[in-house]
Amino acid sequence: MITRKVTRKWEKLPGKNTFCCDGRVMMARQKGVFYLTLFLIVGTCSLFFIYPLPFVLVDLFSTIKKKKNVLFVFSIPVFAVLLFVFVVAMLLRTSFSDPGVLPRALPEEANFIEMEIEAANGNVMAGQRPPPRIKNVQINNQIVKLKYCYTCKIFRPPRASHCSICDNCVDRFDHHCPWVGNCVGKRNYRYFYLFTLSLSLLTIYIFAFNIVHVVLREYRNIFEHVVSLTPHCTVLEVLVCFFTLWSVVGLTGFHTYLISLNQTTNEDIKGSWSGKNRVQNPYSHKNFIKNCCEVLCGPTYPSVLDRRGVMLEDSTRPTPSDASAASTYKSTNPVSQTTKSSAPLIPNEHTPEEAKPSIGAGTQKSTSSPKEEKPPSPTSPNAVAPAVIKESAH
Amino acid sequence: MATEFHNLQELRHSASLATKVFIQRDYRDSTICKFQTKFPAELDSRIERSLFEETLKTLNCYYAEAEKIGGQSYLEGCLACATAYIIFLCMETRYEKILKKISMYIQEQNEKIYAPRGLLLTDPIERGMRVIEISIFEDSGSTSSSSSGSSPSSSTAQ
Repeated sequence: MITRKVTRKWEKLPGKNTFCCDGRVMMARQKGVFYLTLFLIVGTCSLFFIYPLPFVLVDLFSTIKKKKNVLFVFSIPVFAVLLFVFVVAMLLRTSFSDPGVLPRALPEEANFIEMEIEAANGNVMAGQRPPPRIKNVQINNQIVKLKYCYTCKIFRPPRASHCSICDNCVDRFDHHCPWVGNCVGKRNYRYFYLFTLSLSLLTIYIFAFNIVHVVLREYRNIFEHVVSLTPHCTVLEVLVCFFTLWSVVGLTGFHTYLISLNQTTNEDIKGSWSGKNRVQNPYSHKNFIKNCCEVLCGPTYPSVLDRRGVMLEDSTRPTPSDASAASTYKSTNPVSQTTKSSAPLIPNEHTPEEAKPSIGAGTQKSTSSPKEEKPPSPTSPNAVAPAVIKESAH
Repeated sequence: MATEFHNLQELRHSASLATKVFIQRDYRDSTICKFQTKFPAELDSRIERSLFEETLKTLNCYYAEAEKIGGQSYLEGCLACATAYIIFLCMETRYEKILKKISMYIQEQNEKIYAPRGLLLTDPIERGMRVIEISIFEDSGSTSSSSSGSSPSSSTAQ
């Protein structure tokens, strides 16, 4: 009996992602900071549910005179629990989902694009630099340049960018966030935004609660039998919340601003739509509400990476289940004409990955990580604070 | 459906792939999914322009419907948000439903129109929604000229 292990497509996907649960979960390679985020959120909230929440509730119960106040008192912990669950759900959703990765071009498509480029460029004299690989498209009466990605061998759709950390082109690329351990792109931007928004609310809630508790204690002189624990819990929670407040609330504000203008962090940092001589943002509806609705309530785009599709063992190519099969590749399969596809090494701003031995030096990184290191909002403090400073990664 | 699928596979086995044509995305209306309806020169001798344009227009309509931002998408978005998006674990989104319709439409078009002419459309979702790949087949018995007809293969698909 030969048991054939089923190979799923995620095992053969290029790029630097890690996959869990047999392809259901997709994250970046470095997950340490994500675990820290999770620990800080779950840890602080657990501490909050142990102290001071029960003590304040007991205290409030004892002073209740009207029945309707009972409902109010009950709603306090219920709201906290729901908010906490929502925050964790949004974090996991952002971290585990496909941000909108564009699969790399298969050889036939790459060759077809190469031929189109060569036809468009005409004859290049020997020794002359070939022109940069850029396609101009007109979107809403603005000219937008589509750049060629040497790694993925495609012309990137508008708003897409190549993340060098994950080594993928991502549609509507916003930024790579180490705090969630994933890129933020078209498919998970709304979850990311809801995560920062709900985390801001949760932080404000816990912070306010602790302050109120301290004030109440002072006024009523309540003897705390758990004297030794009290100051530590409260101080810890207040500290974490204080630093989180400045960063997360600032970040939420920044992303609210971006959403209202229908811009991505990447575009904002590169200054794509700012400045007098620059093109105006062609994607904006010029209406705050319409922009918000499009970003937050737009359709939920499916993943185009078929991670859990089964690959046949006798073929290195994926074989999908419907008629438009890739088994056509069996018939004619031009062995990768890598010389053709990487030959014109154009020393423009996007030097091909193949030309540079270290990926870190690749100029495609210029669209993502170095710029993402700078905090985008002027109000946010710099990155070194001990607690959860999320903006440092953006 | 299964026998027709089998016939399409036979088409691939009996015919040899001559070339592939890629229909690119049309970005003039921003980033919504829409494909160019320009008729490629390679298909000039293989299929009537009107049939091809009809297929492409229908596909573009399907995608426009999927990406439409209106009452239904708002409702779906708000409901999902209220349940912390857990509802998506059990419910299929509108976009996914339309993608299934598109897949069936492409299969139907392949069986009725394209396979008899020695062509095969690939669902764009398998190419990252970037291109519509059209495979042009030659019969294994015919000469290697790409302009020759493909009558024997037309009978297998029907």
